[in-house]
Amino acid sequence: MNHSIPSGGFFDNEGKPAWLAWLTTTDHKRIGLLYFYSLTVFFLVGVILGLLMRLELINPGKDLVEAQTYNGLFTLHGVIMIFLFVIPGVPAVFGNIALPLLLGARDVAFPKLNLLSWYLYIGGAILALSTLLVGDGPPDTGWTFYAPYSVKTGTNVSMAVLAAFILGFSSILTGLNFLTTIHRMRCPGMSWFKMPLFAWALYATSWIQLLATPVVGITLLMIVVERWLGIGLFDPALGGDPVLYQHLFWIYSHPAVYIMILPGMGVISEIMPTFSRRRIFGYKAIAYSSLAIAFIGYFVWGHHMFTSGMSGPARIIFSILTFLVAIPSAIKVFNWLATMYGGSIDMKPPMLYALGFIFLFLIGGLTGLVNGALATDVHIHDTYFVVGHFHYVMFGGTGFAFFAALHYWFPKIYGRMYDVKAATRAFWVLFTGFNVLYFPMLVVGMMGMPRRYYDYLPQFHLPNLISTVGSWITVAGLIYMIVVLVKGYRKGATASANPWDGLTLDWQTDSPPSKENFDTIPTVTEGPYEYK
Amino acid sequence: MNTNNTTSTHHEHRDDAARKMGMWLFLFTELLLFGGLFLVYSIYRYLNPEDFSNGSHHLDVFMGALNTMVLITSSLTVALSITAIQKGNKTLALRLLAATIFLALVFLVNKYFEWGHKIHYDLYPGTDLFKALPPGEGLFYVLYYFMTGLHMLHVIVGAIILAVMGKYIKDDKITKDNYVLLENGGLYWHLVDLIWIYLFPLLYLIH
Ligand code: HEM
Repeated sequence: MNHSIPSGGFFDNEGKPAWLAWLTTTDHKRIGLLYFYSLTVFFLVGVILGLLMRLELINPGKDLVEAQTYNGLFTLHGVIMIFLFVIPGVPAVFGNIALPLLLGARDVAFPKLNLLSWYLYIGGAILALSTLLVGDGPPDTGWTFYAPYSVKTGTNVSMAVLAAFILGFSSILTGLNFLTTIHRMRCPGMSWFKMPLFAWALYATSWIQLLATPVVGITLLMIVVERWLGIGLFDPALGGDPVLYQHLFWIYSHPAVYIMILPGMGVISEIMPTFSRRRIFGYKAIAYSSLAIAFIGYFVWGHHMFTSGMSGPARIIFSILTFLVAIPSAIKVFNWLATMYGGSIDMKPPMLYALGFIFLFLIGGLTGLVNGALATDVHIHDTYFVVGHFHYVMFGGTGFAFFAALHYWFPKIYGRMYDVKAATRAFWVLFTGFNVLYFPMLVVGMMGMPRRYYDYLPQFHLPNLISTVGSWITVAGLIYMIVVLVKGYRKGATASANPWDGLTLDWQTDSPPSKENFDTIPTVTEGPYEYK
Repeated sequence: MNTNNTTSTHHEHRDDAARKMGMWLFLFTELLLFGGLFLVYSIYRYLNPEDFSNGSHHLDVFMGALNTMVLITSSLTVALSITAIQKGNKTLALRLLAATIFLALVFLVNKYFEWGHKIHYDLYPGTDLFKALPPGEGLFYVLYYFMTGLHMLHVIVGAIILAVMGKYIKDDKITKDNYVLLENGGLYWHLVDLIWIYLFPLLYLIH
């Protein structure tokens, strides 16, 4: 019988009032859901800000907001999407929910710390959003907080920066937790190379979270100190070096883009074999390429600064290193395609989103090479080409991987199934809207339209108009998707324990899983994707 | 599947290796936090060698050396405290822990006098004297305050952690066969010590 909300399994509040049971939980699945719900809210806020920007850009000249408001809009949109959505995104939600299940463990290594990460996340989020309401207006620096403007502007930069610091701490604790979990809590028989690829991806990601985040943490603290004490750490007028800020910022923030994308790639590596009914092709290559991306990702930060004053040799080296990252990324794509080859492919929504990911990530990755090449970057730096590029990777890549994971694990989490046909339709609306929204940005960027302005020259009108229409289709797709999922949550048919015929351990337990995940800890003898 | 018997399978499972690993990972992040500052320090030192040298001449090497001794000794006492608890000697462990916290306080008092001295002479950001300094020297002092200040914060946090550990020993939460918490506290304390060992030469000794 269906109640209006899922119950049973880990949804059982064990006699406590629901709010208390949820807010004090140390169950990884519940914490994952706490992340999921809060993250969705922030994502939607970010989307609304994005819509407003697109609306302003529908015509040249001022339509809706003043220049200053627009500056606040893109900064807040960037901060929310980066620090509250894509960075925690897949690991904090689906990593938390699925990692212990995939490893055959009862929980993560430090459940209480896990809850603390969520509270830090919420604290940071509230701080970030309240820059809107208190003080002298939202920050207007762009999400990168470049000095010296960020130390001079009268807007609420300190709060936003502190928010990013706290969010970084939350991210570090999640990484620390996952690393220890993967090292210590794999079930009997699960050697490193019998571990599902999503776990490998999280492993590589966690190392980046752990080793890169502190650097940006201290850098952001320096910005705060500089603002409060009026000293010249980065302000050239007082002896500081603004380019140094850029280095420090990107030493973290470039690896951070791999924090965003690697877990997404891990999700795809789970979905591909399940929906192709085939063993994954090149298991070890995919596992190692995650580590390779994490490693090389540390040494490419300079490619954000080709035009900010770096020596010729440094620029050439950074450019070459940037090209190197394309290799492990391409290894993954080829392996996914080879997995599908000769398989019996089942075009269910998770698979559709996974394929959407591959397509959009391909565009994002290839445009990334255009940015990474010195000669072309000088031309397109700070244009809408870059905006198009990073939306293709972050939204088309990580965002779609997030939706893929959501459609994949939905029946496992809630024990209910959504309307598969409607979800498929929603995918197509979203996918179409996405391309209508962002492809024109690539074109208009090539034509020379700079980013971060509320106005543009008349010759850029048509692509901007198309892009704004695209933003409406995209949002329609998002709403449709959400409606389908909420309906599935409330009234969906009961899902079996293993609706997709998955072979990994997450599918071998109940849907929804019990609080302890497994009645007895499983023992594995085979690799994770041994489809016969 | 029947999930009602989960309570029987639920047991308090303890994995000391995991806890220690978690601590080590955390220490990496701390090192990198200071690593960012070390990087900024070395670059500005490279850009302003004269000013940095002038600045460091004004620091009190004696005080710095004294504090170095104090911290190194405190690392010894905390290590001995762990050995004591491993041997089951609760009283001794508590005494050694108290000694460690005492040394932490000595360190803080010294720092108070050191900072106070400079502040007394208006040597801090915002004053006219400070504004008149050459930019490089200003940067040196800013970094001096920032790095030693952040380190001081770690000393305070470390001392609080050790105090909590003391309470746990008293309450027998840390015992002869369950001392990983104290070990972790000790690890943190060694880190605080280690960072100082780099700060001291960087700020006080290199001219
Ligand atoms: C319907 C959804 C979205 C719309 C309509 C939208 C629109 C925009 C627009 C128009 C800009 C450019 C502002 C400018 O340079 O003048 C922008 C910037 C940006 N967007 Fe989005 N976006 C959306 C979703 C996302 C998502 C999902 C992410 C990340 C996962 C994201 C991350 C960013 C970032 C990081 C910036 C740069 C902010 C800055 O310049 O500091 N956006 N977005």
